[in-house]
Amino acid sequence: MNQGPEEKTALLENPWPDEPPVLTPGQSYGSMTDQIADAVLTRPIGLGWLAGLAIGMGLLGILMAAITYLFLVGVGIWGINIPIGWGFAIINFVWWIGIGHAGTLISAILLLLKQSWRNSINRFAEAMTLFAVACAGMFPLLHMGRPWLGYWMFPYPSSMGVWPQFRSPLVWDVFAVSTYATISAVFWYVGLVPDFATMREKASNVYTKSVYGLLAMGWRGSARHWKRYEALYILLAGIATPLVLSVHTVVSFDFAISIVPGWHTTIFPPYFVAGAIYSGFAMVLVLAIPIRHYYGLQNMITMRHLQNSAKIMLATGLIVGYGYFFEAFMAFYSGSTYERFMMENRWLGPYAVFYWSLIFFNLVVPQVLWLPKIRANTKWLFLISLVILVGMWLERFIIIITSLTRDFLPSSWGHYVATRWDYAVFFGTIGLFSAAIFIFIRIMPAISIFEMRTLLPEAEVKAHES
Amino acid sequence: MENESPNKPEAVCPSKLELAEVKEKLARAKSGPQYWRSLEELAQTDGFYDMLHREFPRQASVWPEGSSRRDFLKLMSASMALAGLSACVKQPLEPIVPYVRQPDEIVLGKPLFFASAMPFGAYATPVLVESHEGRPTKIEGNPEHPAGLGGSDVFAQASILDMYDPDRSQTITYRGEMSTWSGFAAALKGPLNSQKAVQGSGLRILSRPVSSPTMASLMDAVQAAYPDSKWVQYEPVNRDNVRTGSQMAFGQFVETRYNLEKAAIILSLDGDFLSSGFPGFLYYARTFAARRNPDLGERMSRFYSIESTPTNTGGKADHRLPVRASEVEQLARAVAAGLGAGGGASAKPEQQKFVAALAKDLQAHKGAAVVIPGDNQPPAVHALAHAMNSALGAVGNTVIYTDTVEATPQIQTAALKELVDEMNAGKVDLLIILGSNPVYDAPADFAFAKAMDEVPLRVQYSSYQDETYDHVHWHVNGTHYLEEWGDCRAFDGTVTITQPLVAPLYNAKSPYEFIFSLIGSSETAGYDIVRKYWQGQMKGGDFDAAWRKAVHDGFVANTAFPAKSVSAKGSPTLSPAAGDKGGAPETEVMFRRDPMIYDGSRANNAWLQETPKPLINLCWDNAVLISPITAKKRGLVTGDVVEIDVNGRKVKGPIWPQPGHPNDSITVFLGYGRTKGGRVADGVGFDGYQIRTSDAPWIANAKITKVGSGYGFAIPQGFQYIDYSDLPKGTEPLKNRHIIRKATLEDFMRNPNFAHEEEERVPPEMTLYYPYQYTELKWGMTIDMNSCIGCKTCIVACQAENNIPVVGKEQTMRGRQMQWLRVDVYYEGGTENPGVYYQPIPCQQCENAPCEVVCPVGATVHSTEGLNDMVYNRCVGTRYCSNNCPYKVRRFNFLLWQDWTTPQYKMMRNPEVTIRSRGVMEKCTYCIQRIAHGRMTAEKENRSVRDGEVVTACQQACPAGAIVFGNLNDKDSRVAKIKAQQRNYSLLEDLNTRPRTTYMAVVQNPNPELEQSESS
Amino acid sequence: MSHKALSPAIYGLMAEFDSSTELVEAARAAYAAGYRMMDAYSPFPIDEASEAIGFHKSRVPLVVLLGGLLGGLSGFALQYWINVIAYPLNIGGKPYDSWPAFIVPSFEMTILFAGLAGVFGMFALNGLPMPYHPLFNVDRFSRVTRDKFFLCVEAADPKFDLVDTQRFMESLKPVSIAEVPH
Repeated sequence: MNQGPEEKTALLENPWPDEPPVLTPGQSYGSMTDQIADAVLTRPIGLGWLAGLAIGMGLLGILMAAITYLFLVGVGIWGINIPIGWGFAIINFVWWIGIGHAGTLISAILLLLKQSWRNSINRFAEAMTLFAVACAGMFPLLHMGRPWLGYWMFPYPSSMGVWPQFRSPLVWDVFAVSTYATISAVFWYVGLVPDFATMREKASNVYTKSVYGLLAMGWRGSARHWKRYEALYILLAGIATPLVLSVHTVVSFDFAISIVPGWHTTIFPPYFVAGAIYSGFAMVLVLAIPIRHYYGLQNMITMRHLQNSAKIMLATGLIVGYGYFFEAFMAFYSGSTYERFMMENRWLGPYAVFYWSLIFFNLVVPQVLWLPKIRANTKWLFLISLVILVGMWLERFIIIITSLTRDFLPSSWGHYVATRWDYAVFFGTIGLFSAAIFIFIRIMPAISIFEMRTLLPEAEVKAHES
Repeated sequence: MENESPNKPEAVCPSKLELAEVKEKLARAKSGPQYWRSLEELAQTDGFYDMLHREFPRQASVWPEGSSRRDFLKLMSASMALAGLSACVKQPLEPIVPYVRQPDEIVLGKPLFFASAMPFGAYATPVLVESHEGRPTKIEGNPEHPAGLGGSDVFAQASILDMYDPDRSQTITYRGEMSTWSGFAAALKGPLNSQKAVQGSGLRILSRPVSSPTMASLMDAVQAAYPDSKWVQYEPVNRDNVRTGSQMAFGQFVETRYNLEKAAIILSLDGDFLSSGFPGFLYYARTFAARRNPDLGERMSRFYSIESTPTNTGGKADHRLPVRASEVEQLARAVAAGLGAGGGASAKPEQQKFVAALAKDLQAHKGAAVVIPGDNQPPAVHALAHAMNSALGAVGNTVIYTDTVEATPQIQTAALKELVDEMNAGKVDLLIILGSNPVYDAPADFAFAKAMDEVPLRVQYSSYQDETYDHVHWHVNGTHYLEEWGDCRAFDGTVTITQPLVAPLYNAKSPYEFIFSLIGSSETAGYDIVRKYWQGQMKGGDFDAAWRKAVHDGFVANTAFPAKSVSAKGSPTLSPAAGDKGGAPETEVMFRRDPMIYDGSRANNAWLQETPKPLINLCWDNAVLISPITAKKRGLVTGDVVEIDVNGRKVKGPIWPQPGHPNDSITVFLGYGRTKGGRVADGVGFDGYQIRTSDAPWIANAKITKVGSGYGFAIPQGFQYIDYSDLPKGTEPLKNRHIIRKATLEDFMRNPNFAHEEEERVPPEMTLYYPYQYTELKWGMTIDMNSCIGCKTCIVACQAENNIPVVGKEQTMRGRQMQWLRVDVYYEGGTENPGVYYQPIPCQQCENAPCEVVCPVGATVHSTEGLNDMVYNRCVGTRYCSNNCPYKVRRFNFLLWQDWTTPQYKMMRNPEVTIRSRGVMEKCTYCIQRIAHGRMTAEKENRSVRDGEVVTACQQACPAGAIVFGNLNDKDSRVAKIKAQQRNYSLLEDLNTRPRTTYMAVVQNPNPELEQSESS
Repeated sequence: MSHKALSPAIYGLMAEFDSSTELVEAARAAYAAGYRMMDAYSPFPIDEASEAIGFHKSRVPLVVLLGGLLGGLSGFALQYWINVIAYPLNIGGKPYDSWPAFIVPSFEMTILFAGLAGVFGMFALNGLPMPYHPLFNVDRFSRVTRDKFFLCVEAADPKFDLVDTQRFMESLKPVSIAEVPH
């Protein structure tokens, strides 16, 4: 939004000739406003959208069924056992939380870095964050043996005078994830208020008008309001940045704090955060590419955005690769027989195929992103992003399952096989996520209108007279 | 009989009986024991009693047409009268004597202990029974009993579950229809009288072997009343070989007893003397362990085992030689020859060295050596053993001969054969089967069922409506030993009194009462029968005092048989051993009693079914055990299903490659494949009896052909050692983990600190924190891996003490077994003849418990006594603690496994232990309820807890005394002393978890001459 | 005050502009002309605008800071009180005051309180939600959420005079001028 003049001019004559602009020329406040708003207000409901929503809802139904059965019978319906006390539930939790990182990252960190190109993708990236965190947030509850007592995780004065055990990373999780969810939600809403005002004014139908009106809280674009608004927005970005980094760090503590070989590693926090951003941007592309295609937003979500995301994926992918390497290196360098065996077991043990496909998906495949050709090809980007998402899921599978199957005492080694209920819950959450996304793009401006306006050249106040 | 037919409406609800009448009688009926005994008088007519029983669903049969609403009302009132027959517990009427450890009168919440005995086969297992408010809840060893020495075995521990088994037969039936005792008595009067007329020539009684003096006296009485009648004793897993062997050697039946405390060298010829069920097991386990203590230095005993089927006994051997059962005799002869005790065969070349060294070692220890043959070995081997023992001068030292424990020993198979022939010949008019199940377990070639169907009147007295039940007219439901008065001889002859803890749950007659009713005109209570007999025996002195003492102690003092001098009839002439018969058969099948469910009579006991078999660690199944090498040779892998063909008789079973199993032979455990054994037993495993014939009861030649594959086994120990295929190449899971620490006796004496050579213990001062101080009580446990014989008794004891649920085969396969205590087995060396180590693993009670730190709700925290407590009702079930437990001792209720409904189980549970429900983590607590008892008593008496005052369930049960528990702050406590020893080490020390449970390193005593070859 | 009584019963006068630049210039001119009680309205944030009308700093950062401090301190205090005073437990041999472990929740509490304080503070200071505002009576004002820029001088301003102010505004060459009724 408040770009310095130098950047404005930069936007105008686009100093990176080899790269597409952030905004295609020939647009005005009005045109952009209409284009984004009409996608919600006047565009008729398409068959594609209905089909997509239907699939999402279908999977969501499966999720509901699976959860009902889970609560009736118990976590025994899953593949978990002793020694593998954590299975799909925690894998999915970490996976979703990771995906949930891109949104805040784009809106907060890129904002602080004055990366104006973020303006056209931050809105649905944040939405994506919320829905991903919603999916993730279910699992800590679902995986409990007695989920009806989940509130014991929170500090409240109970009749027994007992409290949560604050040394446990699981309690840290509760704090980190709930804080993250809250902050992301308010951040998202605050960003939406001015656009709700726009929708309020554009809406023809009186009901729509009043709903958007309520959400807009009577926003009227006053300079004073904008001033405070800006101040808050920057501050939110400022605190959301350490937050987003802390969340996956805390999630990685679930493993790093324990003594399980393959978990007890100091490299986990950075490596988990990088992985989170990695999968997060993959999900952003998986969503952005179809959306810009079906809603004809190529002029606002340009190749520039896709390519920058691809570059970030490439960078974080390399960090993750570094993590894989050092996991292995430390396993041998540490001289711990347990660590060493754990690594050998990952490479050659019963789950070796998962490990190597993870390396292939997360490390080998993304290297093609070095090629500008690939980065310029939406289909390739879409495909690679999907591969990365699968790879990141496998990474969590490897970390959690292989480490637990064979730890200290060979006598108590075990094996893990997921049941149909494990899969039901996993794909169920994908349903929840996609259903939410589909509904979101129908009822809210998928791109931040007011921030797009600031990208226009004329938005800048020319200082020809003093 | 026909007038008993319950299908007549008036028989079901007799018109003369009015509701008011019942009510009035009910009102008159006194509560308490008297009330229950008077149930039949209350009901007055069989029909009514009969009707009452119809309230029980299992017996519910078709309603008679005539039933009206009025009948229904009667039924209701009647069932009110009966309400609780299945839920209340009744004290027996006679004065039973509580054990001195507890006050005589019942104090609520204070358990009483009663001495009693479990008859097992012919032998008594001495026990103490813990009773809560009149409900027996736990079996323990009787420390004062000379034959028990305080230990107990899996069968004794699990027997409590047998008593409360809801599948037990609850009524008398005639042709499957409900009947009554009076009905039965009346029905039998006629036939018995007609038998009297013919001197009982048509009367046959089939029972399990009898050692009870009282029962023996009844046998004589029966014989007197029916001179020509025959009483056949048979058990499928019998000791005919032992008897024939002793006849070969001495021309008479003798009982052989070993004194392992005096034994410096022990040679076992397939003798499985360290496993539950072997006569004298408790005694041998304790004495064997005592002599295996390395602190004895040179006096530590050396144990050679020539073994066919791998057993936990062989696992303890310093030198184990796995050979096919049929080849043991050949080896025995070679050894005997080496000792100049006849024999005269030469061992195979590869065995020469072993035999030579063994013979030399035995020679060198004349008078302190002992040879122990196995029950399943042919008589010749026993004869040889006798010869060798006398040649070694063992007799009188390490070997003692006595009268037989059985009152009237028989060659059982022969006796049964005779019975079958007589039945087929139609010579038998009245067959009474007392507690045995021949239709299931008689040799296949006898076709017992067919034969017994020839008998006009067939009566079964049994606790179960089993396979035999289908072939009898009358079934009389039997009592459990905790419900009856009786007596029985332990392996050394000591008479052990069985006193009941409760009146029969299902109003049953004890076997004594049952037999008595055949001869005695008037009905007599079991108590009077037993007491009267002993009144006759204990002449002189104050009988009442003597009787009271006997019942109180659980045994009649000095009734152990004295040593008996027998003269060997020179070197026995030997039958040609199987080994010599020309070419060896393709496959040799060895039949063995199951280590857990014995001969099948324990098959309906879920605890035993779920306890992993010693060494093999397989549960809920029997398998075709085969050596990995043979398996590879025949292209068989774990789970392949093979058909075993023993001259035409076929049975299918799954393959289990077992390390240490001799090649070209298979082992089949008997007792499985029950069809009417009960809800637990039925359909589990396959029935080995189908291919077991009278001529080859232990060793038979067979063909095996693969007919299927992919059979799933339940192995609580998650990791199969024999199958390294899924292990990363070149990785050795045990390397550098120092889980098992061992040395030879020489090394130990040279370097007593061997256990701590390579460890990476974290120095205590290496911490940022101030360690907590445990000032008053500081509980700790040591487990001596040198004494542990891997018998798994501790597991069952723990299950009984702590109300641990059973999860069943499918859940066990998923890795969700619940036993708090497990006995890990580690193999060392190749699969051909690996070294074996047992390591019982309860919760290690770490001082720096990793599980506690990660629990988000503080459901597992440390107590001031240093215990790692579980707060069940605080647990939300995140399972993080289990993930973070390096010893994986935590167990999780993934599903609802506790049986909340079955009334019998409600009675059985230990009221002092919380019953965990779904979604809660649980684990070993060091039997915190017992600790609390000890602490409270100490506080009341205003003193500190005495050493040995608190005994954990596993410790109490351990026959080898391997587990020691106590207060570490008490420097004089046994546990403190043991922990001070150098052999003492803790598991995974480098993790700095500081466990309170520590282990005593293994010290073996191999023969230096053989050592080199062993270490291959 | 007496002067105010003379002023007509309207909220103020509003001028409409096409571009942010014109709006900012107009605002500066009005400020120079001595008007204080006025506000600029735009479809997107324009820093120069708030500067031009003499609104230089907001108190939002202070609110955020206070919120953060409150959250962090109370978070740590709660944990310390629970583990050391209220219910001390020996957890795996760790000291009661395991402050390193308490840092994480304290940090999260800091963020949570700071964020929420900021958001609620911002809306409160802005007097939102405010469903009704006189400006909404002017139809063209709806374009402020789309592409138009407005400057409104309020009647409450002491220097406000319907005639003079209107004349002044015309001098700014706006697209249109409208009276804003109450």
